[in-house]
Amino acid sequence: MIQVQNLRKEFGAKVAVDNVSFTVNKGEVLGFLGPNGAGKSTSMRMVTGYFRPTSGSIKIGGVDMLENPELAKQSIGYLPENAPLYSDMTVASFLGFCAEVRGITGAAKSKAIDRVLDLCFLHRVRNQSVDTLSKGYRHRTCFAQSIIHDPDVLILDEPTDGLDPNQKHEVRQLIKNMGKDKAIIFSTHILEEVDAACSRAMIIDRGKVVADGTPASLRKLVPGATSLDEVFRSITRSDLEK
Amino acid sequence: MKNNAVATTLAIFKREFLSYFNSPVLYVIVVIFLLATMGFTFFFGRFLDSDNASLTQTFFFWHPWIYLVLGPAVGMRLWSEEHRLGTIELLMTMPLSPWQAIVGKFIAAALVWAIGLALTFSIVITVSWLGDPDPGPMITGYVASYLYALGCLAVTSAASAYTRSQVVCFIVSVALCILLTLIGFPGIVDSVVRTLPSSLENTVRFVSYLSFMDHFYEMSKGIFVIRDVLYFVSVIVVGLVITHMGLRSKRA
Ligand SMILES: Nc1ncnc2c1ncn2[C@@H]1O[C@H](COP(=O)(O)OP(=O)(O)OP(=O)(O)O)[C@@H](O)[C@H]1O
Ligand SMILES: [Mg+2]
Repeated sequence: MIQVQNLRKEFGAKVAVDNVSFTVNKGEVLGFLGPNGAGKSTSMRMVTGYFRPTSGSIKIGGVDMLENPELAKQSIGYLPENAPLYSDMTVASFLGFCAEVRGITGAAKSKAIDRVLDLCFLHRVRNQSVDTLSKGYRHRTCFAQSIIHDPDVLILDEPTDGLDPNQKHEVRQLIKNMGKDKAIIFSTHILEEVDAACSRAMIIDRGKVVADGTPASLRKLVPGATSLDEVFRSITRSDLEK
Repeated sequence: MKNNAVATTLAIFKREFLSYFNSPVLYVIVVIFLLATMGFTFFFGRFLDSDNASLTQTFFFWHPWIYLVLGPAVGMRLWSEEHRLGTIELLMTMPLSPWQAIVGKFIAAALVWAIGLALTFSIVITVSWLGDPDPGPMITGYVASYLYALGCLAVTSAASAYTRSQVVCFIVSVALCILLTLIGFPGIVDSVVRTLPSSLENTVRFVSYLSFMDHFYEMSKGIFVIRDVLYFVSVIVVGLVITHMGLRSKRA
C-alpha cells in the first residue's frame, strides 16, 4: 500500500531525511523509532503529502503522491504530531467537518462520527468545545479524525503521546486490530509499543535508516542485548557525543 | 467516497463562516463598522446639511478609510490561525486542492462583509425618506464599497498565508492597504506630479491607476465601468494567487 523510494528532504543546507526507502503492505504495522530530530515526523509529512520531498517517490495504493496528490490523499488517515484541532469547534462538529471535506455527508456522516466516537471513547465529550478538552482527549479527538473515513493507510505521529496508561493500552490494541486490514505507520518513543503493536520496526537516526526488521530480528542485531531499549541505545548516536 | 470540488469548498466555507460567529471579534468589528459609517457620515459628512441627499460625498466617501483597518481585522485570522494551531497540516493532507480551501475561506470572509454592509441599509432608508435619491449611484456606491472591502480582504489573505501571527498579518495588511489607497489619492498624486520632472508624470499616473482609490471614486460617483469592476476582480485574483504561493512556500 505504501511504497517509498529514496526519499530525501533538505531544509536549506540541513538534510533532515536522507535516502529512506520502505514498503508497507496491507496487514502490516510499521513502527518508526529514532531519537529526537531523527526525521520521523518529516518523513511522515512527506508520505502524507504535506511536505514536498527534495527527491524520491511516494506511492499510496499505487497512486503517485506527487503527481496525483488529491487521489492519493483519499486513502490516507493522518494524525499529525501535537494533534492540531480547530479550537472553536465541539468534538462532534470537528469530526463532522473532517467527514464533509472527505465527501462523507448526510446519514453516512452521523454514522461515521458515532463509529469513531465509540472507537476512541469520546462519547462523554461529544458536545464539549475542543478548547476545554484535556490533552489526552485532544489527542484522541485528532486520532478519531484520522480514521473517520476508514482509510486503507494510516500514518500516526506519536499516537499514544499524552495518553494515560489505560488509553495507551486501548490505542495500541486499536492499532493492532486495525493493522489486520490496513497499512499503518506510527512513530513512538515507547519501545514496548513496538512489541505490543508492530509487525515491523524501523530505526532512523539523523535522517538515515539504521535498522529495519521484525522486533525479534532487531533484538538480534546487537549481541548481548536483551531489550529493544539496549539495541536502540547502541545503534543510535546520542546527542551527548559529538 | 467521491470528491466533489464544490462540496469540499462549501464544507471549508461553512466551517470558516461559523467560526466567525463563535468569535467575539466579529461582533466587535461589525459594531465598530456601523458606528464608524454612521458617525463619519452624520458628523463629518454634514449629511443632514447637504441639500442634495447624495450618498457619494457623505456616506461612501468614508468607506475606504474604514476598510483599511477593519478589512485586515476580519481577514487576519484566515491563514495565520491555521498556521498557529497547526491545523494547516490537517487541511493540506486532506483530499482537496489548496484552491478549494483558499476560495472557501475567502468567500466566508466576504460574506461577513456583505452582512456588515447590509446592516448599513438604515442610511439608505433615511436618504430615501429625506429626499428622492437617484438609485443608480446608490447601487454603484454599494458595489464599489463592497469591492473595496474585498480588495482589502484579498491583500490580508495573502499576508496571512505567510505568517502564524495575526498581529504581524494585521500590521502588514493595513500598511499595504494604506499604500494601495494613498498612491491613488488625488491630492497626493497631484503634488507628486508637481514635484517630479514632467517626464515622469505618466509613470506616476500609471502607478496611481493601480490604486484602489482611483477605481473606487469613479464607481462611487455612479459611473459604473466594467473596467473598474475588472480591476477589483484582478486584485482579488492576484491576492489569492499570492496566498497560494505563500501556502506552498510554507510546505516546501
Ligand atoms: N520546517 C522545518 N524547517 C527547518 N528544519 C526543519 C523543519 N522541520 C523539521 N526540521 C528539522 O528536521 C530534522 C528532523 O525533524 P523531525 O521533526 O522530523 O524529527 P523527529 O524524528 O520527528 O523528532 P521528534 O522525536 O522530536 O519528534 C530536525 O533537525 C528539525 O530541526
Ligand atoms: Mg516528531
